[in-house]
Formats: sequence, structure tokens, C-alpha cells
Amino acid sequence: MNPKRRKLLITTIFIVLGAGAAAAFALMAFQENLLYFYSPLQVAKGEAPVSRPFRLGGLVVHGSVKRDPHSLAVAFELTDTVEKIGVRYDGILPDLFREGQGIVANGSLTDGVFVASEVLAKHDENYMPPEVADAIKAAGGAVPTTHLRERQN
Amino acid sequence: MFGQAIDKYAAPENAYTLAGRLAPWFGWVTMFLLLAGLWDSLFLAPADEEQGESYRIIFLHVPAAWMSMFVYVVMAGAGAVGLVWKVKLMDAVARASAPTGAIFTFLTLITGMLWGKPMWGTWWVWDARLTSELILLFLYLGYIALQAAIDDRRTAARAGAVLALVGVVNIPIIHYSVMWWNTLHQGPTIVRAEGPAIHISMLIPLLVMAIGFTTYYLAVLMQQVRCEILEQEKNSSWVRALAAGGK
Repeated sequence: MNPKRRKLLITTIFIVLGAGAAAAFALMAFQENLLYFYSPLQVAKGEAPVSRPFRLGGLVVHGSVKRDPHSLAVAFELTDTVEKIGVRYDGILPDLFREGQGIVANGSLTDGVFVASEVLAKHDENYMPPEVADAIKAAGGAVPTTHLRERQN
Repeated sequence: MFGQAIDKYAAPENAYTLAGRLAPWFGWVTMFLLLAGLWDSLFLAPADEEQGESYRIIFLHVPAAWMSMFVYVVMAGAGAVGLVWKVKLMDAVARASAPTGAIFTFLTLITGMLWGKPMWGTWWVWDARLTSELILLFLYLGYIALQAAIDDRRTAARAGAVLALVGVVNIPIIHYSVMWWNTLHQGPTIVRAEGPAIHISMLIPLLVMAIGFTTYYLAVLMQQVRCEILEQEKNSSWVRALAAGGK
């Protein structure tokens, strides 16, 4: 390889590594701002910005959903399997909302209850036909659900 | 030996002829794969246990997302080879890839929005995955704008290669965004350590579509590289002969 090309090659590698290092430092600096939501555990630890609106993510606790029969108001609990936070919401829930489902709610914490202004459903990365899911349940196994939990540690 | 082979096929006239021969074959393979893939995706593959029929947009969304990143890596790689080894053909490949890559990125964002509304309950959120994919679209558009803004082709190719190489850092960010940060977007289904988390009856049409998207890119690339070569070599005798009515 002639010296000129070698120099160009080194410059090129330097550009890529330099951009990579700059991006890595920037992303580490903004680490917290890049989180789309906080988990109940993070809220309990005081890592969430509770003084202003933020997003809370977790799984809807089984048996915790209570709907007001006369309005759209609904109350339920969100968990990351460690901590739990009660959520109140008055509005239309996404179709995927159900007990055990991953949910991201936008709102603020008032007197220990999270009052949500928007509720989004998070679906998982598993795709299977209903028959397969039924077969797994019939065999006594657990249908794989969202990885929300593992990623939040 | 390796260098000689490259020199032979990188010779503009040979590359022009070869690309012209390959393009229709890639085109026919694409048509076959996309028809078969769509048939399998829409009629043969079962509904999803969680998302019902809505999940079927995955068969467009995921191949488009893979291609948006793959084409970018090809573009940056070709740009780097053009920059260091002064292979003009690679400059042409980089330049010819940008519009197709931009279209794949746009398709990824649009199909994602159409999927997000019924499933998540929103068209768009500023989470790390969606935002980094949007940045990819801006990188492509910036590259295209840069090429259009510089008249001298050598200078444009060099500037474009540097831009593409700096932007390459975004590719691992897109892929790992769903693991590094809490996002609304779900984690990877296919490319992950535990193996694919998708039933085989859904995986097959997905892979058929992905290969079809790849051959589509190659078919379009061949045609666009031919245009780039003609433009690059417009003062050479063989292009003049071609323009004068030769074959």
C-alpha cells in the first residue's frame, strides 16, 4: 500500500472511531434523558423527576383493573415485579390494554397515585399463532411476555 | 491478482455492461420473491396471539428497517473504498445507493406509524429507537443534498464519504437502542442472542420478504450505477460512441 493511501486509510479509520467516541460520550451524558419511561422501582428510589410530568412504565397487575361503570375512568396498578404504583386515568385505553400487559403512562404523581393523561400499550417481541399460545398454556407453561422487567434492572 | 480482478471489473465500461446484464435478473427474482412473500404474509401466515391481524405490517416494516441500515452500511463502505483507494466505481455505488436507502427508511417510519396507532395508541413517540431511525432518514437526505450541492463529482464523492462514515455510528445505536434504554418500541425479535422469538410460520414469509427487498435494492442499484457511470465517463470515447447510436 503506498504511503498516501495508508495515510488516507488511517484518516478514515480515525473519522469513524472519532465519531463513535463522540457519540458514546454524548449518549452517556444524556443517558437519563434518553429513557422513554421510568419503572415503579426507579420512582421508589427517587430517580424519576416526580416534581414534573414524566412517563411511568410497567406491567398491569392482575386483578387490579377497576372501571367506573358510568364513565371512562379507570384505576389500575403498574408493577415491575418489585414495586407497585396505583394509576388513575380518564380516557380511551389502547386495544392491547389488558391485565399483565406492558403499559407506558404519561402523567404526574399526586399523593402517591400516578394520574395519567395518556396511556400507551407496549407490545412484546414475541409472535406466535393463538393455537401455539393455547398449547403452551394447556401444557402448564408460561407464554413469554415482555422483557420490560429484565431491561429495567 | 486480487487487484487485477478489481481493475478489470471496476473498469467503467465493463462494469456498465455487467450491471446491465444483472439488473433484469435481480428484477425478476424480486418480483417472484415479493409476490410469494406477500401471499404467504397476508394469506398463509396465522394471526398473532397478542396483536391479531395488525401484526402483519411486520412483513413490510422489518425488512424495510433492515434494508435501511444495510444500504447505509453499503453506502458508507463503498464511500470509504472510493475515498482511500480512489475506485470511481465505488463512488458510483455509494451515490446510487442513497435514494433507495432513503426510501427504505421512509417506508420503515411510515409502516411503523401505521402499526403504532392501533397497537400502542399513538402514531409517534420520541423514544430512542424511533428517533435514531428518523436521524437515519436525515443522514440519507443530507447525503443526497450534499451530492446535489457540489458540482465536481470527485469532491462530492469525498465529502459524501466523510458524511456517510461519520453517520455510521448511528447504525449500532439504532439496533441497540431498544436494549440500552427504556423504549416504547419492543426489543429485537430475530437478531438476538436467544434465537428468534417468532413462530416458524411467520418467520418464513418475513425472510422471503427480506431477501426480496435485498434483490430489489440490487436491481435498482445496477440501473442507477449505470446512470452514474455514464455521467462520470461522459467525456470518454465509449460513452460518446454509445450516445452516437452504438450499442
